[in-house]
Amino acid sequence: MELLKVNNLKTCFFSRKGTAKAVDGVTYSLNSGEVLGIVGESGCGKSVTAQSIMGIVPNPPGMIVGGEILFDGQDLVKLSPKQMRLIRGNRIAMIFQEPMTSLNPVFTIGDQISEMFVLHRKYTQKQAMEASIDMLARVQIPSPHKRVHEFPHQLSGGMRQRAMIAMALSCDPEILIADEPTTALDVTVQAQILDLMIRLKEDFGTAVQVITHDMGVIAEMADRIVVMYAGRVLEEANTIEMFQNTLHPYTQGLLKSIPLLGSRTAGKYRKLTEIKGMIPSLYSLPEGCKFCDRCPHVMELCRKQEPQLFHADNGHSVRCWLHSGEK
Amino acid sequence: MNNGKPETKNEEKILKVENLKVHFPIRKGLLSRPVGYVYAVDGVSFDLKKGETLGIVGESGCGKTTAGMAVMNLNPPTDGDVWWKGKKMADMTPSQMRALRRDMQLIFQDPYSSLNPRMTVNQILADPMEVHGMYKGEKRKERIDYLMETVGLSPEQGTRYPHEFSGGQRQRIGIARSLALSPSLIIGDEPVSALDVSIQAQIINLLMNLKSEFDLSMIIISHDLAVVEYLCDRIIVMYLGKIIESASYASLYNDAKHPYTQALLSAVPVPDPLREKNRIILQGDVPSPIDPPSGCRFHTRCPRKMEICEKNEPAMKEFDKGHTAACHLY
Ligand SMILES: Nc1ncnc2c1ncn2[C@@H]1O[C@H](COP(=O)(O)OP(=O)(O)O)[C@@H](O)[C@H]1O
Ligand SMILES: Nc1ncnc2c1ncn2[C@@H]1O[C@H](COP(=O)(O)OP(=O)(O)O)[C@@H](O)[C@H]1O
Ligand code: SF4
Ligand SMILES: [Mg+2]
Ligand SMILES: [Mg+2]
Repeated sequence: MELLKVNNLKTCFFSRKGTAKAVDGVTYSLNSGEVLGIVGESGCGKSVTAQSIMGIVPNPPGMIVGGEILFDGQDLVKLSPKQMRLIRGNRIAMIFQEPMTSLNPVFTIGDQISEMFVLHRKYTQKQAMEASIDMLARVQIPSPHKRVHEFPHQLSGGMRQRAMIAMALSCDPEILIADEPTTALDVTVQAQILDLMIRLKEDFGTAVQVITHDMGVIAEMADRIVVMYAGRVLEEANTIEMFQNTLHPYTQGLLKSIPLLGSRTAGKYRKLTEIKGMIPSLYSLPEGCKFCDRCPHVMELCRKQEPQLFHADNGHSVRCWLHSGEK
Repeated sequence: MNNGKPETKNEEKILKVENLKVHFPIRKGLLSRPVGYVYAVDGVSFDLKKGETLGIVGESGCGKTTAGMAVMNLNPPTDGDVWWKGKKMADMTPSQMRALRRDMQLIFQDPYSSLNPRMTVNQILADPMEVHGMYKGEKRKERIDYLMETVGLSPEQGTRYPHEFSGGQRQRIGIARSLALSPSLIIGDEPVSALDVSIQAQIINLLMNLKSEFDLSMIIISHDLAVVEYLCDRIIVMYLGKIIESASYASLYNDAKHPYTQALLSAVPVPDPLREKNRIILQGDVPSPIDPPSGCRFHTRCPRKMEICEKNEPAMKEFDKGHTAACHLY
């Protein structure tokens, strides 16, 4: 079932340098119970897409200038700030790379989680505190009775991440958006958090949109993947299809440019394929396909006209002229 | 380029590190006596052969950077010795020390903060030559142009300032600077960690080429196990200031002995959704290096801990040639 639909979303930032179209016509949907992965290199518009859904695009300088975000029969773009507050944190929650983005340093962990229950669930203080301890236990924080009275700085990085997840899941949201949830963590702690998130998603039945630049994290977490570049969706497919039958030259390049753990040891040593050039600036994007300056298959048409998203079999879509025959 | 096998180069050891310790004092006031120490590097021994690339891996705070800095004599060891080309560093004369500074170069993680924003690229590359009085007159510009081309930049770009370059290009400039004085050893401290994936491959390939072209010895410090496997002949795994395992890349990735190495390798998310996961999930975070656990420092998180592990520190044991690990299981 389609839970959330982002439709032709456009979000811009206005500055003296000009207009940066950070998100420029992004369309995708999130289905109930699934983990949707959004992957792309820095600056491609992943976080701004999430901020747009949550209604937290910094304004000024940013603004949603077009498109719709459909959730439960309403367009989130059109909601008043007051209406949005009833949804944010309650029905759609978000966690960040840096837990201190959502944790307040001057309040205890317990105060902060309780507040969610008081605000959205109308619990009494006492009920809210009990529910908070329960949440801390569910994210496997040891001795939650003690931890609930501690301040964020008293917790280790991994524990803070857990506390933030507890807060995000406290109101049993329908959607959890996780923006680079493990990027700042060490690999053994990352493994703990990924494991926890997969387990909680089953427990709570939450649909998850996970944003990352890490192809490994996306391969392990996501059921379906959206690849972004320069504010656009370049490719979308279910995870296995995306890795087995990669269609877009950019996605192909990304996958071939990563050293694969264990492959040299297994005798599969190969020179990494480079994607030449660099990520284009939003202020000077090429005319046609935004990847054309770096693409090994570029054709004349590519430079002139931007391809649309062509739909192939297996729910696979790709924004590339090489696949214009698809449909 | 070698095709995956560690080449048996000249067996000459250019670097030898023996029981290296770097402890940082913790003081409450500026001049007061230390109230404790950060045991950042706590008894580390390894060596490096000419032409070899050594990887140092481990999670943040385990002492990788501090060890690298101590090898370059950028922070003085609390204890232990570093030998460079057969000479003990502590006994070096100032002029020998100057030669050493020329011979070992560092590539930083952050290509943004490591380049002086007020200098053009030409000036940045000329600077080390100026300091060491090398490549004078005509020769200097020639050298700069050569360096630019070596790292895949065009000499015309030399008049520009760092902010006019992308992250990947700045990292190339940093690498060009490190090559300026034809060093024998380059230490890269997380040289690709700050870069986007598509740019990482460019820099990894560049490092591979330089290694074979200039017969450089390298130490690559990284938290990324895939990058280290790709680049290095031999790998050291650190945990809380100590080496817990050391092996050729192939023995390490095929046959890790230490439970920490095993967990670390199993925890890396692999970009292949069909790959079977046998993930070992460790409990808790890395403890503080101010008050490291007794016995084996890993015992608080080890899934295979025994009674002895809390009491006695395990000794380094050799398995196959060159494969060592410190663990009571063996
Ligand atoms: N607060 C802001 N002010 C100006 N520009 C912004 C702001 N936030 C994001 N942008 C621009 O929007 C683009 C997309 O950013 P973002 O969504 O954060 O990328 P990422 O994919 O790395 O999460 C970037 O190029 C960035 O320059
Ligand atoms: N100058 C310093 N003074 C005090 N503590 C330090 C200093 N430099 C590093 N440390 C501490 O030493 C430990 C090892 O740090 P570092 O070598 O940077 O680890 P790594 O590079 O493996 O992440 C950390 O706990 C760090 O906080
Ligand atoms: S549209 Fe053209 S330039 Fe763009 S990715 Fe496809 S082939 Fe390459
Ligand atoms: Mg982001
Ligand atoms: Mg470091």
